[in-house]
Amino acid sequence: MRSYVPAYELRAPQSLEAALELLEREPDVWRPLAGGTDLMVLFEAGKLTHRKFLSIWKLSELKGVEVTPEHVTLGALTTYTQVQAHAVLQREFPLLCQAARETGGIATQNRGTLAGNIVNGSPAADSPPALLVYDAQIELVSARGSRWVPYQGFHTGYKTMVLRPEEIIRRIRLPRTKQGWRQYYRKVGTRKAQAISKVCFAGSAQMQHNTIRDIRMALGSVAPIVLRCARTEAALRSQKVSAGAFAAAKEVLAQEITPIDDMRSTAAYRLRVAQNLLEEFLLQLQNNGGDESHRGLAAAES
Amino acid sequence: MKKHLIGRPVPRKEGRAKVTGQARYVDDLVFPGMLYGATVRSRVPRGRIKGISFGEGIPWHEFTIVTAKDIPGENYVALIAHDQPYLADGAVNHSEEPVVLLAHPEKYLLEEARRAVQLEIEALRPTFTIEDSLNKKEIIWGEDNLFKSYSVEKGNVDEVWARADFIVEGEYRTGAQEQLYIETNGMIAVAIPEKGVTVWGSMQCPYYVHKALMALFGLPADKVRVIQSETGGGFGGKEEYPSMIAGHAALLAWKSGKPVKIIYDRAEDMAATTKRHPSRTRHRTAVSKDGKLLGMEIDFVIDGGAYTTLSPVVLSRGTIHAPGPYFCPNVRIRSRAVATNAPPHGAFRGFGAPQSIFALERHLNRVARAIGLTPEEFRRRNFIQPGQTTATGQVIRENVNMNHLLERALVLSDYHAKTARFARENSGQRRKKGMGFASFMHGAGFTGSGEQYLASVVELEATPQGRVRVLAASTEIGQGTNTIFSQIAADALGLDYDSIEILKPDTASVPNSGPTVASRTCMVVGKLVEAAALGLQQTLVGSGYLPEGYTPAGFERACKRYIESHGPLKSSSQYQPPPGIHWDDATYYGDAYGTYAWAVYVAEVTVDTVTFEIEVNDFVAVQEVGKVIHPVLAAGQIEGGVAQAIGYALYENVVWNEGRMFNSQMTNYIMPTAVDVPPIRVFFEELPYSYGPAGAKGLGELPMDGAAPAIVNAIENATGVSIHHIPVMPESLMEALAVTEKAVERA
Ligand SMILES: Cc1cc2nc3c(=O)[nH]c(=O)nc-3n(C[C@H](O)[C@H](O)[C@H](O)COP(=O)(O)OP(=O)(O)OC[C@H]3O[C@@H](n4cnc5c(N)ncnc54)[C@H](O)[C@@H]3O)c2cc1C
Repeated sequence: MRSYVPAYELRAPQSLEAALELLEREPDVWRPLAGGTDLMVLFEAGKLTHRKFLSIWKLSELKGVEVTPEHVTLGALTTYTQVQAHAVLQREFPLLCQAARETGGIATQNRGTLAGNIVNGSPAADSPPALLVYDAQIELVSARGSRWVPYQGFHTGYKTMVLRPEEIIRRIRLPRTKQGWRQYYRKVGTRKAQAISKVCFAGSAQMQHNTIRDIRMALGSVAPIVLRCARTEAALRSQKVSAGAFAAAKEVLAQEITPIDDMRSTAAYRLRVAQNLLEEFLLQLQNNGGDESHRGLAAAES
Repeated sequence: MKKHLIGRPVPRKEGRAKVTGQARYVDDLVFPGMLYGATVRSRVPRGRIKGISFGEGIPWHEFTIVTAKDIPGENYVALIAHDQPYLADGAVNHSEEPVVLLAHPEKYLLEEARRAVQLEIEALRPTFTIEDSLNKKEIIWGEDNLFKSYSVEKGNVDEVWARADFIVEGEYRTGAQEQLYIETNGMIAVAIPEKGVTVWGSMQCPYYVHKALMALFGLPADKVRVIQSETGGGFGGKEEYPSMIAGHAALLAWKSGKPVKIIYDRAEDMAATTKRHPSRTRHRTAVSKDGKLLGMEIDFVIDGGAYTTLSPVVLSRGTIHAPGPYFCPNVRIRSRAVATNAPPHGAFRGFGAPQSIFALERHLNRVARAIGLTPEEFRRRNFIQPGQTTATGQVIRENVNMNHLLERALVLSDYHAKTARFARENSGQRRKKGMGFASFMHGAGFTGSGEQYLASVVELEATPQGRVRVLAASTEIGQGTNTIFSQIAADALGLDYDSIEILKPDTASVPNSGPTVASRTCMVVGKLVEAAALGLQQTLVGSGYLPEGYTPAGFERACKRYIESHGPLKSSSQYQPPPGIHWDDATYYGDAYGTYAWAVYVAEVTVDTVTFEIEVNDFVAVQEVGKVIHPVLAAGQIEGGVAQAIGYALYENVVWNEGRMFNSQMTNYIMPTAVDVPPIRVFFEELPYSYGPAGAKGLGELPMDGAAPAIVNAIENATGVSIHHIPVMPESLMEALAVTEKAVERA
């Protein structure tokens, strides 16, 4: 333990209202602590610069998964274990389930939350690519009210985001519009478990015969934020699946991402693997033919 | 008298205490008034200390502060050479070098204080690579940066090149590797100037710590006491470094007058303590048309880091294992351990052999390809046979049959059918499969005359209740010392497992049975346990108390009567070399080891050309290790060693940044998890060795030697790409494949 423990303070408000009031009164002084799986790592390493936290772990207002005909809405505290266990998520949002399955180990899956994963703001986080592909929306609440924002655009730069100091994430909403889309997810982290992504790819496409009618792609660990690759999507939209289209898309992807060298990997590797994953995704669209009703789930592979 | 324990999987002696949480590790021990200690490190790879200042905001008067000038005795860690200081005094030679020690009752405040100490160090130009060190870009150690060099000569290698049909050359590299024992290093010391120094802690070698503390404090042997606490793994990482931490804790205790505990956290343990030596090996090999080895010239270099520590002995083992289990009439090996400004590299399971064996087993595949033989056929033609001599002139006296091990391993792994199938099916696949194997041996016990110098002693003592205590400094570090010693003593005496007690290693009460290293505990020390047990029995028989064919009850009666009339009933045994063993340190000639364990390992891999990740899918480990004392522990050693070697081959990459380990966290230093390790299928052949207990040899290090080359050979089989270094990280495989693709395009 490299932190000076007496210098830290933790409070546990009894309601969301009380929590939001505290945030409103002393913005930037208090920060939420959910599962603690990111914060405690920093704490142990003596790298947690923020000193005052409010535990939101017990707040029932931030829990639960709600299903309506239009949306599946996940409480901010939804854990990876809960994601994997949910029947509707398994059926309609397999990329999120696979991301959850490949996040940490069982202990981390029991404590780690989706909102924590988002707000921690790591470009290597594994659920955000899936959330981007599913056009997720996020509800931010403060003592003054609440607002819904699209997840796309939530992160504004490395560890910066549109969340205000007095706000917290209350819910995450997934529109149920991707039924029948082909889905692909692959996390690359050298070992099969307990890995930090070197590259993470989530993709989904709506096929009509051999043509890509619509497409979503997002990658982790290739830019300062988890990146929805809108330009590569545009290059593929309305294209027939073909070697030429693949090659062009790979070129656009190379322009769109900005991978770096770090202690975990190299820019060259990240770029090449990102392109290879794109190709694997596209080949899968091709191999499964153009049948719209067929869900060719890479996610179901493991 | 019954003999029934050897060869059976009896429960671990200390297993119950471990699984119920009763076993006490050093961090479980709390002494009244105890302080916590911390180490301030240099952070500069090479330089001169100009000043030490203590920052604002810390109540420094509450702290015990120790620097080099507080050392009562010698400021070096006594081991082989006396070059490594306990605390840097003037010069700094690596970035994790201890400079200041702090102690305080509150451990959190201690961390704040550690951060507040500022060292002013004038930087000098550092050396980080084997090449720069060899080229003497800077002289950073001694006169020539060389800690040690050896040369081995057999026949006349200079004459073979002219008549060779093929000459094949290659260069191979291996990286550093962290031991990653579960329990990090830690010690508690009590040191009172009039009374002496006592330490408790996690360690492999109590008498190494004992010797080091005597020099550090200038105390006689009886004023220094070293007690091993339950130890959560070592793998060589607790061979020498515990002497450092023990000294630090003791210096703080000496100055403060209070017990001091130092426990490293994982980050400090990974960054500051020893790792496996990185290496570079060059081979030049002459072969005849019919595939016989004519000559081998081997240049083996290891990176020792900043101080000598154990590098000379690691180098020695690596040197002797470099030509492998083959017969070659003309061999020259030149080997060197060089200095760099990295934290000293040290002991790690295999001790130099995994490095040189990796090089050889990769190189021989290259040689086989060059002369148009399969890797297995080439090896068959060159395996060493009984009666032939090794590179150091050792005549193989045992009934070694490497061909048989090879055949068995290839059959068990379905090698031929699978190689053929993969060759057919790989093309056009994104996931390519391959098979590879390696053949190798590992010498058990200390190298050369090492065991004679150690002259280890074990003592047994019987109680009036007919219980027998084993007194030895050999440590239980998770590998099963307590269990096998009990089996050996019980069988020698015809007693039950439970009537044997193993005393905790404590230098005040156990004799020096030597360090717990070098696969020597079972074969060498176990033999002493057996001999001392037989001695005990002879004493009782000779004095007329113990009849032939006695029962445990009869043994108990005899002990009681003996002790009543003669006092304590003890028996000790000291190491004697097997007859006919000769070794010459000056010429590096003779019987390098009493015996060897022999093995062939086969790996099946899948290479994913989308992500360049490599997966080991199946692993067959066939080895001849003499009598297996405990089948579950023995198989566990092989499985664990292979898993560790899979890490060495494919996952564990120490990222260096200015001589510091950059990725000193388990998050970023990737060791394989349970899902990355395939089923490891372990098969033993047992040819009893006359000078081991019940015929046992050493086996703990063996599995570390062969897995990496087997895996990289399999990668070559899968992809056609010949890789000459480990670890093969996906990034480096991508580069290697790209180079090959380019070459293919050009052609
Ligand atoms: C061993 C281990 C393995 C891991 N493996 C992975 C992995 O494979 N993939 C991966 O992506 N991550 C991984 N992580 C990281 C971590 O588990 C996830 O990011 C997790 O989702 C964080 O959630 P949490 O609730 O624990 O966050 P916390 O640590 O509690 O908080 C993280 C950040 O989010 C903020 N926050 C939390 N909840 C809210 C909210 N409702 N509103 C506003 N801000 C909020 C906090 O203030 C903090 O800044 C791993 C962590 C560990 C310890």
